[in-house]
Amino acid sequence: MNPDEVVLEVDDLRTEFFTHDGTVHAVNGVSFSLRPGEFLGVVGESGSGKSVTMMSLLKLIPMPPGEIVSGTAMFDDIDLLATDDTTLRSVRGGKIGFIFQDPMTSLNPVLTVGYQIAESVRLHTEAGKKEALDRAEELLTLVGLPDARDRLKSYPHELSGGMRQRVMIAIALACSPRVIIADEPTTALDVTVQAQIIEIMRGLRERFNTAVIWITHDLGVIAGLADRVLVMYGGQIVEEAHVDELYSQPTHPYTQGLLQSLPRLDQQGQELTSIPGQPPSLFEPPSGCSFAPRCPHVFNRCLEENPSLVEVGARHRVACWWDTVEGKAR
Amino acid sequence: MTDTTTEVVATRAAHEEPLVSVRDLTKHFPIMKGLLRRQVGAVRAVDGVSFDIYRGETLGLVGESGSGKSTTGRALLELDSPTSGSVKFDGLELTTMSNSQVRSLRPRMQMVFQNPHASLNPRMTVASIVGEPLSEHKAVTNSSERGDRINELLTMVGLRPAHANRYPHEFSGGQRQRIGIARAIALSPDFIVCDEPIAALDVSIQAQVVNLLERLQNQLSLAYLFISHDMSMVRHIADRVAVMYLGRIVELAPVDVLYEQPTHPYTRALHSAVPVPDPKLEASRGRVILEGDIPSPAHPPPGCPFHTRCPVARANCAHDVPEWRELKPGHWVACHFADESGW
Ligand SMILES: Nc1ncnc2c1ncn2[C@@H]1O[C@H](COP(=O)(O)OP(=O)(O)O)[C@@H](O)[C@H]1O
Ligand SMILES: Nc1ncnc2c1ncn2[C@@H]1O[C@H](COP(=O)(O)OP(=O)(O)O)[C@@H](O)[C@H]1O
Ligand SMILES: [Mg+2]
Ligand SMILES: [Mg+2]
Repeated sequence: MNPDEVVLEVDDLRTEFFTHDGTVHAVNGVSFSLRPGEFLGVVGESGSGKSVTMMSLLKLIPMPPGEIVSGTAMFDDIDLLATDDTTLRSVRGGKIGFIFQDPMTSLNPVLTVGYQIAESVRLHTEAGKKEALDRAEELLTLVGLPDARDRLKSYPHELSGGMRQRVMIAIALACSPRVIIADEPTTALDVTVQAQIIEIMRGLRERFNTAVIWITHDLGVIAGLADRVLVMYGGQIVEEAHVDELYSQPTHPYTQGLLQSLPRLDQQGQELTSIPGQPPSLFEPPSGCSFAPRCPHVFNRCLEENPSLVEVGARHRVACWWDTVEGKAR
Repeated sequence: MTDTTTEVVATRAAHEEPLVSVRDLTKHFPIMKGLLRRQVGAVRAVDGVSFDIYRGETLGLVGESGSGKSTTGRALLELDSPTSGSVKFDGLELTTMSNSQVRSLRPRMQMVFQNPHASLNPRMTVASIVGEPLSEHKAVTNSSERGDRINELLTMVGLRPAHANRYPHEFSGGQRQRIGIARAIALSPDFIVCDEPIAALDVSIQAQVVNLLERLQNQLSLAYLFISHDMSMVRHIADRVAVMYLGRIVELAPVDVLYEQPTHPYTRALHSAVPVPDPKLEASRGRVILEGDIPSPAHPPPGCPFHTRCPVARANCAHDVPEWRELKPGHWVACHFADESGW
């Protein structure tokens, strides 16, 4: 992997929703890059803008009420946010695959899964019917579905949640994409089934050079999967680091608070450390730092100016006016 | 928990009357078909579970979705009447009681639900939601006493008296769960079934609610049945833990024993499946990946219900139902081979 090579580069993405109740500032200036084959985890609590960020890249948000008000997303020399619909359609499900939390929203209930995988293969490659079906069987085997040949004839409702999610992974893989975006793909699954899916992804990572963006609210799920992690809060990235560094040296007070609020063995019998207060309302654009009302280090500047990401280590960035390492203002 | 508290928990049974005592509890839901609505089968949601809960303790109940946790909680509170079995509350048999007798015990046993949104009436103010049980059970004599008690309850759960006249939709998920808790403790119960009370909440809010539940437990000497699929939170909050699979409890032990010396293959697989928020540990630890999915409780497998997915099943597991037995004092398990270590 060439360290400077980048497959996707997002700069200053802003997405808003114009609703009856007012403007929702869902994504407020998100910038990040993704390297070929890299596994990028995206964590943050619900409403922090994880899904809208990634869906904006392929214009998968409802427009209206949604609108991408600024930003660029460079993928293979094309700006996804500026390109025409035909190009975008060929990228979707082709070079960039999507896996959603609920597979039933993307699977067609009246078509067999074999047909749907084969269609995806045919749409984005030159393969003929027979060839595409063979490829579908191969893909189902790859994602660990037993009796793949028979399963091709199954309809989505005949499969369990875990099996459907495997079918979604197979569809996403069908055209050897360069990026797969997985939005909470295991959140609706039971933990033993989630473990199966994680194991499959671990295996696939090693076989393919596909970059993966994996959205989750569970800090456990990506700890064993991701190379790098973005932490989102209030529609912004507040910290970005290599996975080991993020868990061992979290630097943003929000990341620190999140990790501390998990129950730990060495603190058995003690109160959990909680983050006081509530997540921010997105009806106002952030004036200061959106975490300021809940932050133990808050001072004047935090209320007045929204901090941008600054480098604090090798590919470790944090958006905070307080230097938690030095214990002083930045 | 230390070794000595583990022993205390284990030997409590010999000295103390349990507050709640459940024996061979079953709850089957009929499956109806056709014009005549004939019963063609049954969902064996709870299929013979037995356990005790002592005063002031937390029994954790874990298991994957559909394993029968909520049904167990509802059946033991007589919110759904059990199909068979016995539930004793403070020595009184609930299953044979009349509705009015059960109602008279209601103040002492309460429930907190997963979804604070669905369980609170959107058209009632916080004061009327929290005050409803007070009036219904005549726990207060006049409106000023009622107002005082509501204020006291709101303060106890970390809300402000000023919140009393607002409606549920004006609150965040975590605050709504506090309202549900205030209502549950209004009549000073001895026992609360907490059914996934934090599952719908964000990570940063979960710790707030768990801390609140623990604080109230100490203040009011409450006993909890804490239902959850979050294994690490259960480890934090529970004194003893029961693991459910397909309507049965497969293992029950003091919390430390269950997490450090589990003997049922399903308990081990569950532990292994839970990802830990520690990249180094994740990279190094061994994994038991179960195959397949949980079978349907309408057609549970014969013999041991877990044998179809068990990594160490042997021939007899497909026919012989494992006995629910006490392996060591306080450590119960249903597995033919639980005493063989090192598989
Ligand atoms: N179609 C929509 N209309 C209005 N607001 C929306 C819509 N979709 C998302 N939002 C809002 O955008 C914000 C970010 O949402 P989302 O990206 O889905 O969060 P996450 O995926 O981190 O849980 C939320 O406040 C959400 O309510
Ligand atoms: N009212 C009902 N009618 C029919 N089946 C039910 C009913 N309630 C629960 N079940 C079934 O009983 C089983 C156990 O459900 P539940 O107790 O909710 O599990 P858990 O709380 O562990 O997720 C499931 O298969 C569920 O579909
Ligand atoms: Mg989302
Ligand atoms: Mg339940």
